[in-house]
Amino acid sequence: MKLSLSRVVSGCRLGTLTNLGKNGVQTMELPGCLLYTKTGSPPHLTHDTLQAIEGVPAVVQLTLSTLVELHEVLEEYKAGIGKFIGMPESVLYCSLHDSSTPCPPGYNSNKTVSIWGYGGRMEMTASKFMSMQRALQPDWLQCLSDGDTISGETSRKRAKKSVDRSLSFLDECLQLQEKSPELQGSMMVGVIEGGDVLEERLRSARETAKRPVGGFLLDGFQGQAMAKETKLKLMASVTAELPEDKPRLIHGIGKPDEVLECIERGVDVFESFFPYQVTERGCALSFSYDYNPDPEAAVLEQNGIQDAGKNGIEKDINETSKADPEITSFEIFLKEKRYRDDFGPLVHGCTCYCCQNHSRAYVHHLLVTNELLASVLLMMHNFQHYFSFFHSIRDALRDDRLDQLKELIFRQAL
Amino acid sequence: MASPSVSGPALSLRVVAECGLSKARACELWLPHGPVLSPVFMPVGTQGTMKGITARQLEGLGCRICLGNTYHLGMRPGPELIKQANGLHGFMNWQQNLLTDSGGFQMVSLVELSEVTEEGVRFRSPYDGEEILLTPEKSIEIQNALGSDIMMQLDDVVSSTLTGPRVEEAMYRSIRWLDRCIAANSRPDKQNLFAIIQGGLDPALRTKCLEEMMQRDVPGFAIGGLSGGEAKDHFWRVVTLSTDRLPREKPRYLMGVGYATDLVVCVALGCDMFDCVFPTRTARFGSALVPWGSLPVKNKQFAKDFRPIDENCDCPTCHRYSRAFLHALFRSETAAMHLLTVHNIAYQLNLMRSIRESIVEQRFLQFVRDFMRTMYSGQERYPLWAVEALASVNITLE
Repeated sequence: MKLSLSRVVSGCRLGTLTNLGKNGVQTMELPGCLLYTKTGSPPHLTHDTLQAIEGVPAVVQLTLSTLVELHEVLEEYKAGIGKFIGMPESVLYCSLHDSSTPCPPGYNSNKTVSIWGYGGRMEMTASKFMSMQRALQPDWLQCLSDGDTISGETSRKRAKKSVDRSLSFLDECLQLQEKSPELQGSMMVGVIEGGDVLEERLRSARETAKRPVGGFLLDGFQGQAMAKETKLKLMASVTAELPEDKPRLIHGIGKPDEVLECIERGVDVFESFFPYQVTERGCALSFSYDYNPDPEAAVLEQNGIQDAGKNGIEKDINETSKADPEITSFEIFLKEKRYRDDFGPLVHGCTCYCCQNHSRAYVHHLLVTNELLASVLLMMHNFQHYFSFFHSIRDALRDDRLDQLKELIFRQAL
Repeated sequence: MASPSVSGPALSLRVVAECGLSKARACELWLPHGPVLSPVFMPVGTQGTMKGITARQLEGLGCRICLGNTYHLGMRPGPELIKQANGLHGFMNWQQNLLTDSGGFQMVSLVELSEVTEEGVRFRSPYDGEEILLTPEKSIEIQNALGSDIMMQLDDVVSSTLTGPRVEEAMYRSIRWLDRCIAANSRPDKQNLFAIIQGGLDPALRTKCLEEMMQRDVPGFAIGGLSGGEAKDHFWRVVTLSTDRLPREKPRYLMGVGYATDLVVCVALGCDMFDCVFPTRTARFGSALVPWGSLPVKNKQFAKDFRPIDENCDCPTCHRYSRAFLHALFRSETAAMHLLTVHNIAYQLNLMRSIRESIVEQRFLQFVRDFMRTMYSGQERYPLWAVEALASVNITLE
């Protein structure tokens, strides 16, 4: 794997990862995102419906938590998770947890990390973890790490523990990797911990960078526990310690404004669980990322913002379906009565399968009648919208229009 | 080659081939949204959607006609809205053919406190508790708004296991309601109204119904009131009695039939069109249809089975995914249901295609024998009713 940076603008890195995958021919543009999956499948989608989406990322994210029950099956299968899930050509990254389902705190120890599978909690030692990875054979894997510092106040002691444990896991896993023929082509992602303690974060970054890892995961920045300013400052401090030629990943960050903030602080790779969460609450991403609009489009975009801004504010007396409290200003809730006879696309100008073939009224109907197709169409739209957003970030960096894009996004962040 | 018979302004049928032995035939059905090759199985897309699969996926599987439900769509979102959306075709963006039923069956099977009078069916809406009267006129009005290529008359539906005077009453009423439906159809040039033969399991009543309804000028006929738990022995006799009398040049639609064996037998008995929720519903419950029965991939036994559902199936699911993966996925992901739905529809459509090819190539007899041998592991396992029904049309199973 090779990372080539073409430019760095206000801390944002624009570049390409090449020589990815088993055949070494895949590439990934940075900044970019991964394709989110559950149990190895993009939610609600089959291969055919996935293919209908434009801009699908080259790297697929698997989560150990949704795959851990398949250990025995995969050991017998032998050919690796990529083939098993019907994605033999994709570049695969295996993370520990699924960002859409946060883990209960307090279940890690010096020797174990808890993963929550469908059957409940499973304790992973480094040895068990690597055994699972040998069965999976991913291209990238997040090293076993202790990221349990995100629920409320974390003491210095706890922050230090997260760093000590994660480094210890890293060394042990690297050793085990050396002895595993199945994992010779796999890249270990070193995990940077340390909670909200600067000293610990720096130590974690420096120590992890000394190991032969192929990339870095900035962990423990998920959730609401850390104040935004602290979070961003720590992020910048951490990336400053990291080599330029290795990718920096982050988990749990999905909203467009937060994505931009992280990119400005040297992060390269994001997850795409956010469009999935939007789908689950019956919503469609509608925010504009077109920093170069023509005057007509600007008017439409204004309307779009007004649509999104009105979420839940217009209280229809007969409205029995409530929007999810987690709903953001970047999306519209299609179950709202006003969409019942709106025959326009989800988002004007969107080229996704749903917007090209169906209307807001139809998706509204599918949601009201609890039809499975609602989730399929929304997932297709939301993924494509999100992937296009990342594309626009790269364009903006290339064209020196980052400020315009930022202004546009932050204006919609309300 | 015979030219197509024009059954109505919006339908013509051409008999392409007939089995020399049985009553099976292969036809071309020309409808407003394109040709349909029969025998045909029509998947059921109740609420304006084929459950979790897109219109493009459905079309890609070769489907050229599917069903929508007047009752469900009449409730939500309602005919006015669908009319605004350019009919059901426009609303769900399905550019192939659509068949809508009248709403009669759902009202009787789904809804409590439904009361049938000469006027229509009075019932209570489960969505807002309001009382609704569905008359033949209202049903046709809704179906005209939906714009389906084939509409079904409102019939007086009674359970197929019912006996007594109610059956006769329902049969005669269905005839009267057919006339009212014909009168109410405001778009006969664009939408075909099919009659539905009733009469329970009584040959005399069925014959009477056939006589009467065949005097009406309709482009097609359905055999209704079956597939409701009646004994198979009676079932096939009613089917064959009907096809003996129905006109050759008009399509015969057997409602509610979709199990593979039933399809094969009823094609032999002269039916052209079929619908059933079974294949798509069983997919959502984790069962894959195969030529030798069905595979409950949800079950533990498939956890390490790395073969596709059917090695000889060329559907997108079998092309890429194993039973083991589907099993793992089924626990938590809707995608598993969609993958099985795709396969099961492909299975049904492939079955009909094979049936049709065998008729066209004059080897239907051999096809039936091969089919039965594959489906049932031993002649003693062949269902007796199927053996008898096939024998009645000169198909002996050896």
